[in-house]
Amino acid sequence: MELFDILVSATFWAAVLRIASPLIFATMGELICERAGVLNLGIEGIMVAGAFAGWIAVYAGLPLWGGVAVAFGAGVAFGLLHGLLTVPLGLSQHVAGIGITMLATAATYFAYRVALPEVSSPPKITAFQPTGWAVLGSQTVLTWAALATVAVTGWVLWRTPLGLALRAAGENPAAVEAQGLPVHALRMGAVAVGSGLMAVGGSFLTLSAFNSFFFEMVNGRGWVCIALVVFGAWRPGRALLGALLFAGFDAFQIRLQQTSLGAGLPYQLFLAMPYLLSVLALVVMSRRTEVPAALMTPYNKGER
Amino acid sequence: MANLFLNRRQLLSRTAGAAALAGIAPGLLHAQGAPIKVAAVYTVPVEQQWVGRIHIAAEAAQARGDIDYSFSENVSNADYTRVLREYAEGGAQLIIGEAFAVEQEAREVAAEYPEIGFLMGSSFPPDEALENFAVFDNYIQDASFLTGIIAAAMSQTGNIGMVGGFPIPEVNRLMNAFMAGARAYNPDTEFQVAFIGSWFDPPKAKETAFAMIENGSDMLYAERFGVHDAAKERGVLAIGNVIDTQADYPETVVASALWHFEPTLDAAIAAAKAQEFKAADYGVYSFMEHGGCSLAPLGTFEGKLPAEAAAMVQDYMEKILAGTYTVEIDNSEPSA
Repeated sequence: MELFDILVSATFWAAVLRIASPLIFATMGELICERAGVLNLGIEGIMVAGAFAGWIAVYAGLPLWGGVAVAFGAGVAFGLLHGLLTVPLGLSQHVAGIGITMLATAATYFAYRVALPEVSSPPKITAFQPTGWAVLGSQTVLTWAALATVAVTGWVLWRTPLGLALRAAGENPAAVEAQGLPVHALRMGAVAVGSGLMAVGGSFLTLSAFNSFFFEMVNGRGWVCIALVVFGAWRPGRALLGALLFAGFDAFQIRLQQTSLGAGLPYQLFLAMPYLLSVLALVVMSRRTEVPAALMTPYNKGER
Repeated sequence: MANLFLNRRQLLSRTAGAAALAGIAPGLLHAQGAPIKVAAVYTVPVEQQWVGRIHIAAEAAQARGDIDYSFSENVSNADYTRVLREYAEGGAQLIIGEAFAVEQEAREVAAEYPEIGFLMGSSFPPDEALENFAVFDNYIQDASFLTGIIAAAMSQTGNIGMVGGFPIPEVNRLMNAFMAGARAYNPDTEFQVAFIGSWFDPPKAKETAFAMIENGSDMLYAERFGVHDAAKERGVLAIGNVIDTQADYPETVVASALWHFEPTLDAAIAAAKAQEFKAADYGVYSFMEHGGCSLAPLGTFEGKLPAEAAAMVQDYMEKILAGTYTVEIDNSEPSA
């Protein structure tokens, strides 16, 4: 039974974690933004910028964790721009987000050309190596950081006053205001930190999954994370499950292609499988979810 | 072993000789007169392998003083015809590009500028009615066939993994030629074939390659970036495609099938200078007999090839160059 063999092999589960890691970072980033009431469609572009920023920083001589920090910083910068447009200025979050994606993508390409005007192929760095720890040694330390991010996000959002205030800013900003807390600052902060996490997710691709930067390598992963937030019903644990499920479908289809079943079916069907199954799971999972009530609603002090 | 594989200079000089003898283009390498203005429009950065080969050839021609070269990279398909028109209005005499995703639109632009030569990468044949629109592509099946022999000879398990971007003719015929070469050496060779549905997703290509290695492959055909890295990480071997990647992976890449755009470009420049540029398929200039492709030097794997395989490669190369053996051009989607 080939299908069963795939599912019980340790290498399959190692692949699931590898594929899921960038998605986990970026999904947590998007979840934080949306919990505070701001949809961030800049995610795809911010991931591109993060992938580039982390990689070029390491190439310039910084240590790997320095690269992660630079990527986070680049994400925060774009996050602040998105926050400025959507929170105090109250512009359409869809339009601003798409604009951020286009801006971040184009700015990344520009920076790439300025930094490396004459290259035959993008230079390689020494990426994070598998830790070699017992049992789960085939993962890099950045994968564990991704899992830790989920725990920290969950803890902050549900176990701290800050988390309560952030979630309230996404549910009922007027109540937050009545408590004397600054709605705009909370939302801006959430978008900045969330965007930073998205950029770290992008940098996973260049600092761990691969060791070089290619322009189109994010390849729609950001959009997947938008769906994963919905799948996870805006809860970190369930979003993690969604990311693992998506990655699982992906790792599974790659292996399935090489079985006798794969020989008979067009490869496009397999490539579409993680998306199709995720849509299906989305339908099943999100039937009774509660969307943050003030998501995509700008808040202006004193306005009724 | 030293003279087993021709280096590029030898190939080019042979090409020049062959071309002069055949009288295909008398001025092929010594085009006369002032440099002509050549513009190139690429849909991807010039780091990409395929486009990179064109870029290198054009820069060489500019260094020789044959052309004035300008280019735009990373032009989206939606913008493509606008950029083509800009160069056409700007006085370019020969425009090079890739029409794969904009076949009809590019041809429409060419029709508007009949005095300008368009040399476009294309999956379709030239159209006699559109006299200034010639097509080319990387027809390097000859070199791919030879790398297939080497791959089969170096594989212990007889299981070769192949990771491609999309199954389009450009990719398929090289994969098919590679598989034919591998089967010529070992008819029992097994293949794992997968497409990742993207040109630039090295992490995904790497994941796919990992899965193939776990499934028994000890030799990978690297059509995409990322496959070499998987091979290196797991200590298996790989074959390069279009560019020579051995310098970055000295213990991994056994051989590469190289594409040389120079013969294609030089023929087009000569034709444009002689005012004789017309609708033609320049694909043949990528054949080995024209110096359009070659086997990269074995380098770090020099002497590690079984003698039988080395003799076979040499034998087929001579036959291909002499025209007594033709590698089949098979554009259909390869399957395992």
